[in-house]
Amino acid sequence: MTLEPGTRQQCFEQLLLGKTVKSAGWLEAIRVEALERARVLNLPSDRHDDWRLTDLSALFQHGFQPAASFAGLSLSNIDKFLIAGTIRLVFVDGSFSRELSDLTLTEAGVTVTSLVECFGDAQIEAQFARHAPYKQDAFAALNTRFFEDGAWVHVSGEVSTPIHILHVSTRRDMPTALYPRALVVLEPNSRAILVEDYAGLDGGINFSNAVTEVVLKDHAQLQHVRVQREENNAFHIGHCSVESGRGSVYTATSLAFGARMSRHTLHVKQQGEGVEMHLNGLALIAGRQIADTHTLIEHAAPRGKSVQLHKCIADGSAHAIFSGKIVVHPGAAGTDSAQSSRNLLLSGKARIDTQPQLEIFNDDVSCKHGATVGQIDADALFFLKSRGLTEERARSLLTHAFAAEIIDRIPVPSLVDSLGKTILERMNGDRKSGVRT
Amino acid sequence: MINKGSKILLEVKNLKAEVAGVEILKGVDLTVRAGEVHAIMGINGSGKSTFSKVLAGHPDYAVTGGSATFQGKDLFSLEPEERARAGLFLAFQYPVEIPGVSNSALLRLAYNTLQTERGLEELDPLEFEDLVQEKIKVVEMDASFLSRSVNEGFSGGEKKRNEILQMAILEPRLAILDETDSGLDIDALRIVANGVNSLLTSDNAVVMVTHYQRLLNYIVPDYVHVMDGGRIVRTGGKELALELEARGYDWLRAAA
Repeated sequence: MTLEPGTRQQCFEQLLLGKTVKSAGWLEAIRVEALERARVLNLPSDRHDDWRLTDLSALFQHGFQPAASFAGLSLSNIDKFLIAGTIRLVFVDGSFSRELSDLTLTEAGVTVTSLVECFGDAQIEAQFARHAPYKQDAFAALNTRFFEDGAWVHVSGEVSTPIHILHVSTRRDMPTALYPRALVVLEPNSRAILVEDYAGLDGGINFSNAVTEVVLKDHAQLQHVRVQREENNAFHIGHCSVESGRGSVYTATSLAFGARMSRHTLHVKQQGEGVEMHLNGLALIAGRQIADTHTLIEHAAPRGKSVQLHKCIADGSAHAIFSGKIVVHPGAAGTDSAQSSRNLLLSGKARIDTQPQLEIFNDDVSCKHGATVGQIDADALFFLKSRGLTEERARSLLTHAFAAEIIDRIPVPSLVDSLGKTILERMNGDRKSGVRT
Repeated sequence: MINKGSKILLEVKNLKAEVAGVEILKGVDLTVRAGEVHAIMGINGSGKSTFSKVLAGHPDYAVTGGSATFQGKDLFSLEPEERARAGLFLAFQYPVEIPGVSNSALLRLAYNTLQTERGLEELDPLEFEDLVQEKIKVVEMDASFLSRSVNEGFSGGEKKRNEILQMAILEPRLAILDETDSGLDIDALRIVANGVNSLLTSDNAVVMVTHYQRLLNYIVPDYVHVMDGGRIVRTGGKELALELEARGYDWLRAAA
């Protein structure tokens, strides 16, 4: 059977030809099932309600090959992505790099290592693929079938050193499919700061299809930062599932800067009583970029709290999408939930869609939500110009300020600083090569 | 201080301007020389705030006639930022809040932009900190305001003091104070006025736009202009302000 190039079916068939990775018994069964599910699910078409606003046609243009070999990088190649003072685990094109990783700051009460090296661990077997929806979601299914390796983060103490999981994709001869994976388990009363970082080098046309599973046991606390700074030709689709036990606290700060087309789905579930969650998000895009953020917050236990602030900034002819659903289940009495979607359009050709959705099956709740879409404030712009700043400088300052409200919530100061610079470079780069829009 | 021999900073001739198609300024003439303090008074809607915004280059206002020359340059051929770099400063009637931009970062950015324009060295954050600590005394402001976002959560008086702090840092040749006295209690008014007075030299000038005579007790004008119906209808010395305070504006309208 020959398929027309540039179609959804062609892209899908090519992905199904991914490299088969041999696994231990329990995992092999999951991998086999994942492939079966992927075949049934297929990639979403534009008739799929949850993907209706997300244009995947640029993704379908490519036939992504499995990563057959791994680039030999040195630390100087990835210097700009490093964060000083962290426990660092590095993956290059989906494969664990011991040379680039730095685990010297690992302390008692934390394990950070490659998943493949620990598949014998009963903890992993008990949690792996139990949370990510590989039976319902084609991308999660493909990841579960084809991932080479991933990060295993197990925390049992109060760990103050941030854990940095860096995925670097390189430029290859052929567009390449990569499957980053992570399993993060926090034992009762433990604490950690985790930075998941997806970065690219040299303009590679790669497709990162990432899955992360997070389990917070009772009273555990996780500050979870996610940075998507892929190259602008790349594709990125990520899914993160979070389960949370009684009294746990989860703070997510998710940033999307890169990729031609990206989507991040964050699904958090409050299983135990009195869980507190803070979800912060920022998509900052330009040119022809598409960035989609889907969040689902499930309040399934009493007295849970969730506070969400998501911001989109779109310049050029970029398209940002935010879909934020909050479900309050019948047993979740005393739920306190607030969601805010604030959006900034920097150009007349850019587009932002925001869709807050509430589903409440309980009377005893407080749920607030609001959404705004605006442009750069004309009065603020005039004020800054009247102080001598050029139009361009004033606009970039105001845009940066809008983004800073999210970025400043990252609990790793050196990352806050370097991301501030990244934003300015991306915005200025887009202006200079404005023809790309 | 009036010195007829000093340099002309601003010369406005028969200025006409409109907003949203409605003509507000109908032929304004004004000459400001270095060292002078001018007050422009008038009732609401007389055009005095429009005049200040037109001079600063607010995009909502369109100049439809006349000219303005600032230090020899055609003011209306300059963008707002070019006017600022040439030494024009507008203290806003309603200062904007800018969440996410710290006061000190803005001050340094604006200062260094002007330094570059003047062919002078930029200051690094430490050097600038010394300068700002000195200047902040002019407006008796607490240093904690520097690390806060521009005007965010500031009281009315604090916002006006912040405008004068910007003026102190940027050292303009001509400062236009647009109703800087509105919303100030007597202590804040005194502080703002002292700040402005301390910045006056024989090389710069101030144009105060105000509704009330009160401010003029503290910043004594050389000239008082009364604006009505989009024109300056009378010009006098500081005693004209006292007369307006005593008699109101109606007698002028009747006379005109």
